[in-house]
Amino acid sequence: MECWDVIQAYAFRSIGFGERLLPRSDFTLCQQFVLIGSGLLWNIYFGVLALASGFFLATAIALGMASENPLLRKPANAFVFIFRGSPLFIQFFFAYEMFVLLPRAGIEIFGITVETWWLTRAWAGALFVLFLNTSAYSAQIFYGALMSVPKGDIEAAEAYGFSKWDKFRRITWPTMLRLAWPGYTNEAIFLFHATTLVFFSGFPAWQQRGDALYYANYFADKTFNPFISYPIVAGYFILLTLVIIWIFERVNRRLNKHLPGQRKKLRYRPQLIR
Amino acid sequence: MGPVLGDKPIFSYCSDPSVLEGLSWVSCYLTNGKHLTAYTSFGTVLLLLAITAPLALALGFAGATAARSNVLPLSLLGKGYTAIVRGVPDIVFFLFFVIALDQGLEWLRHQALCPDWSEPIRQGNDFIVCDRAKLPLNSAPQWVHETYGFFTAVFTFAIVFGAFAANILFGAMRAVPHAQLETAQAFGMTERQVFWRILVPQMWRYALPGLSNLWQILIKATPLLFLLGVEDIVYWARELGGSKGPIFDYPHPDWRRWYFLALLVFYLLMTWGSEKAFARLTRSFSHGQNLSPGKVN
Repeated sequence: MECWDVIQAYAFRSIGFGERLLPRSDFTLCQQFVLIGSGLLWNIYFGVLALASGFFLATAIALGMASENPLLRKPANAFVFIFRGSPLFIQFFFAYEMFVLLPRAGIEIFGITVETWWLTRAWAGALFVLFLNTSAYSAQIFYGALMSVPKGDIEAAEAYGFSKWDKFRRITWPTMLRLAWPGYTNEAIFLFHATTLVFFSGFPAWQQRGDALYYANYFADKTFNPFISYPIVAGYFILLTLVIIWIFERVNRRLNKHLPGQRKKLRYRPQLIR
Repeated sequence: MGPVLGDKPIFSYCSDPSVLEGLSWVSCYLTNGKHLTAYTSFGTVLLLLAITAPLALALGFAGATAARSNVLPLSLLGKGYTAIVRGVPDIVFFLFFVIALDQGLEWLRHQALCPDWSEPIRQGNDFIVCDRAKLPLNSAPQWVHETYGFFTAVFTFAIVFGAFAANILFGAMRAVPHAQLETAQAFGMTERQVFWRILVPQMWRYALPGLSNLWQILIKATPLLFLLGVEDIVYWARELGGSKGPIFDYPHPDWRRWYFLALLVFYLLMTWGSEKAFARLTRSFSHGQNLSPGKVN
């Protein structure tokens, strides 16, 4: 029953519930599993929200990159170049330093004071950076897919008299998603892996509320034994990866529903660090 | 703290920083001893890239060849290597390997050098080996410790990136048209000859898009050196950028953002440059190979 107590004390430690003090000595396997699992909540939080919000910005930017108007195309290309061309790690550091600069009292916009202090906290600031970063990577994937949408499909839609918006919503966009999906799945996996960088890059872990790797690192530092806590994070991440693949595979099946026999199984080919 | 290159300022007018102003202040500030040391850390990054890239490619080649092997244990080893490294966040590996490698080496040396040591190596939260097995030795000078730290980092990078390279090369080896290999066999080439004369020269063209991607990722992974305790450019950006009070020769407020901006620009230039280089390489490798458009990635 001892482990049950540990779960009650630490299962939500990373978001501020339960026992305040972290274990300091005589670490049990149970403590390590529970605390690292608790930290995984942050990885899921960052990954899910960045991915969900980044999806829309990425679509917009991909359309911008494909636009004939240089006023749209150039900024879109620059955005993607900057976020794909530099390490996420440096982006975190740089963004944090910029957020710290924002006035403590908040910024006055049209007479309303907008608070900005929360941007220096990881939950908002790091999320914002991850959101921009995944938007850039996804935009590149979407753009590639957009370029491979078969011309004939679009011409057929035009022949049917689709309006511009209808053509996009019913033909171009679904086809783009279908083509981009395998690449986008990899991006999703890769983004979840990237969330482990947050607490190692400028953003402080407030009241020792950190992510999975933060706690694993805590244990490894305290015990000087990397052979237990790091494999635990690794195990959690492999599970998380399998869940992501499962979810994306379901969506993939739905996207390809009308194409019997053409369903391609998703291949898991993640990139590494951004 | 690393060695300070030249205690004497480079420009003669820098001898008294307190009277400097404007451009001359900036030029003296950017050429003071600490900055000159920091500039060498760009060399550290380039050195890491220069050593890791061929090492990872070699490991990847070995891994891919092993994965292709007909001998089951060998093929499992090759496939397992790529699968494990790819499924786990790289940074976990970086943090893990550096300690694991260090402890592994010390343990081996401990077994070899101090066979009559009776106490257990792991005592509670401590990892204790005999003094002679320490790596590097406690008596070693500072630069040996730094070099040792750098090379464990290099080796860790090579292992992680080798797995990715293995995956790419494995795919590339399978992409070479099978008819080519069969033709070579029909000409009476041995398996070894087919591998080295037909498969390997042709696979590079198929591997190149993946390798170019991997190279870009490797460049962008170099700031993680900081996490491994190497005094790299991130370390110096934080060190030099932090606000300096009046007791320093060149007092200034917190300038870390400018230093990080400089790093951002440095990395953008690196990735932009290598993109151009790989485009040229692709063109020259495609020479004489029949590739229908759209067949390669």
